Amino acid sequence: MKITVAEALIRCLEQENVEIIFGYPGGAILPVYDALNNTTIKHVLVRHEQGAAHAADGYARVTGKVGVCLTTSGPGATNLVTGIANAYMDSAPLVLITGQVATSLVGTDAFQEVDITGITLPVTKHNYLVKDPKQLPSIVKKAFHLASTGRPGPVLIDLPKDVAQAKIEFKYPKTVNMPGYKPTYKGHAAMVQQAAKIIMESERPAIYAGGGVRIADAAGELQKLAETISAPVAHTLMGLGCFPGDHPLFLGMLGLHGTRYANQAVTECDCLIAAGARFDDRVVTKISGFAPKARIIHIDIDPAEIGKNVRSHLPIVGDVKSVLGAILPHLKKKDNARWVERIRQLKEEYPLRYNQGGDSLKPQFVMEKINELKGEDAIVVTDVGQHQMWAAQYMRFSEPRSFITSGGLGAMGFCLPAAIGAKLGAPDRTVIPIVGDGGLQMTMQELGTAAEQKLPLKVFVINNSRLGMVRQLQEFYHDKRYVAVDIQFNPDFAALGRIYGMEGYTVDSPSQLTELLPRILTSAAPVMVNCIVDHCENVLPMVLNGSNISEAIG
Amino acid sequence: MTHTLAVLVENNPGVLARVAGLFSRRGFNIDSLAVGRTEDPSVSRMTIVVEGDDRYLEQVNKQLHKLVDVIKISDITRDAYVDRELVLIKVHADASKRAEIMQLVDIFRARIVDVGLKTLTVEITGNEGKIDAFEDSLRPFGIKELVRTGKIAMLRGTKSSSKNNSQKEGDVN
Ligand SMILES: Cc1ncc(C[n+]2csc(CCOP(=O)(O)OP(=O)(O)O)c2C)c(N)n1
Repeated sequence: MKITVAEALIRCLEQENVEIIFGYPGGAILPVYDALNNTTIKHVLVRHEQGAAHAADGYARVTGKVGVCLTTSGPGATNLVTGIANAYMDSAPLVLITGQVATSLVGTDAFQEVDITGITLPVTKHNYLVKDPKQLPSIVKKAFHLASTGRPGPVLIDLPKDVAQAKIEFKYPKTVNMPGYKPTYKGHAAMVQQAAKIIMESERPAIYAGGGVRIADAAGELQKLAETISAPVAHTLMGLGCFPGDHPLFLGMLGLHGTRYANQAVTECDCLIAAGARFDDRVVTKISGFAPKARIIHIDIDPAEIGKNVRSHLPIVGDVKSVLGAILPHLKKKDNARWVERIRQLKEEYPLRYNQGGDSLKPQFVMEKINELKGEDAIVVTDVGQHQMWAAQYMRFSEPRSFITSGGLGAMGFCLPAAIGAKLGAPDRTVIPIVGDGGLQMTMQELGTAAEQKLPLKVFVINNSRLGMVRQLQEFYHDKRYVAVDIQFNPDFAALGRIYGMEGYTVDSPSQLTELLPRILTSAAPVMVNCIVDHCENVLPMVLNGSNISEAIG
Repeated sequence: MTHTLAVLVENNPGVLARVAGLFSRRGFNIDSLAVGRTEDPSVSRMTIVVEGDDRYLEQVNKQLHKLVDVIKISDITRDAYVDRELVLIKVHADASKRAEIMQLVDIFRARIVDVGLKTLTVEITGNEGKIDAFEDSLRPFGIKELVRTGKIAMLRGTKSSSKNNSQKEGDVN
């Protein structure tokens, strides 16, 4: 029996075990929305398509599954772009389906026509314009395969309205045939042995763990490696959560705002194992001064990351889990007693610190307090800015997929919608969005989505009435000539929360926060906490432009 | 150093935009690019000439590999290959100069393909060296218009860079 392509699309999504679609309807995608009448897949109506993409992203990061978005053509599609770029930079698996004007109108500047495959070319892993109705099932199959395998990423399918209405004989393919796409999972055996040899020869090994560890579910292998060879573990922003925060070998984040001990350990190590990380400029700062004494072993599933920013001594292309798993049997237990002692000493000598002077509420204190009470299982989602760095510095996670943040793109507005996706993906876990007063106002319309979906989010607004991170940059690099960083009007965020059916609180002292937290974190209610914090605080340590990571100030 | 890449791609719509877009966005410079169908109609072949050191070429290679439509890349620079380019040149040629130009055409084994009142249009194929030399020798007469196809290349002997040889290789290990 023939069915429409729109119906076929929904059947495809069911075959891919899609449970949730984040979307927003419109003219060009109407046939697909009509087909949603006949499925058990849940559709979450967002308030802006950017929210759909971030929500799907948050869902994907928490569950490890593919996040799915559905929007209309033109403005619906362009509104997705920031979210797509964000997923691309952080390698989150998304499939985005956009409506398109009918094929006869494509290329005529028709109403709500944009060339979304052209626009998203640089920020998708791949994209498709469906021209032949019969191709739809195989395109969807390929899209899910591409999004979720190798180095994951967003894949967009642009579906013209007439194609969606055409009828086809539906059959979902079981396999894909893409001669140009064959990701390498297994590390090269000789390289694996070589890596083990370099590791065993080292006296001061360190690990630099990135988002690839979470994506590959390799936390177990990572911990085993660290403990076997007594190597401390420094994390990228994306890598936080992959190694227990209370472990003696835990170094926290490295790089621009990394801990001094992480940066110092990497500078002193004689062997650096980079696992699922890409030597981003915010981590490396100055290439010549990064791990200058180390032989670098670089493990990544994306061959193009190898040698892109930093020359490694031993590259291994492959899935982090599989490669670490292959290296482990070649290793023997190493104690490196002096090195481990050195690490302990560094941690003692250069702890993270801030001045808790006076009765003002310090943002770092907020992070410490939430961290203390949030529980093992909680998921923290941040936005972008100072609060993001403080959360990364002061919070500890024992599970991967517990810290969700916009890394590569640094997209303000990510937090709230991503938290919605995270909560829908992990309904039993407490989800704590931590967001700046600037960033919240970029996507706060999604409070409506959260209310509609009855999601008890515990939102903390770190309210400094400033675009804090930019203010800090102006303080350091532009002689405190502050321009456009003072937010002179903010709504009352507690009241805003209440309008959306949340409990709303305002706190501006440590004691108020301390008193409030235990109650609201364990309650079943959605909560908005407006934390009025000291606006003069800076994120420290900080590696100034042009310096090595070992030369941080503060 | 100048590199010649033979790139096999799936003959999908937009594949040229994907390749060209990649070069511009990653800051890679293309000297020339020629594209057309191969013996297999579902596969196109691009001959891309790029200039850069080995490290640069490694990135070009790997980034190209990341494109899903790219099936295979061979850097044939260091292999023995034949290369050809087709060029059309419209050159000023009044009666007094025609004999001289026709003599050059003969020497270079070029061909006159059109005769105008004051111009001759000449076609030449060959490798870069030959074409450059021909262009230089015509320049004194005044070149009105010139168009080049960009270089195409093929390995000598029985070796080939076509699809069935091997799949995507080129991972660093
Ligand atoms: C969409 C977007 N626009 C601009 C920026 C640049 N930017 C980075 S941090 C920041 C300030 C963020 O302020 P706020 O949300 O209040 O957080 P805070 O830094 O104060 O914690 C800005 C404007 C960005 N990252 N994303």
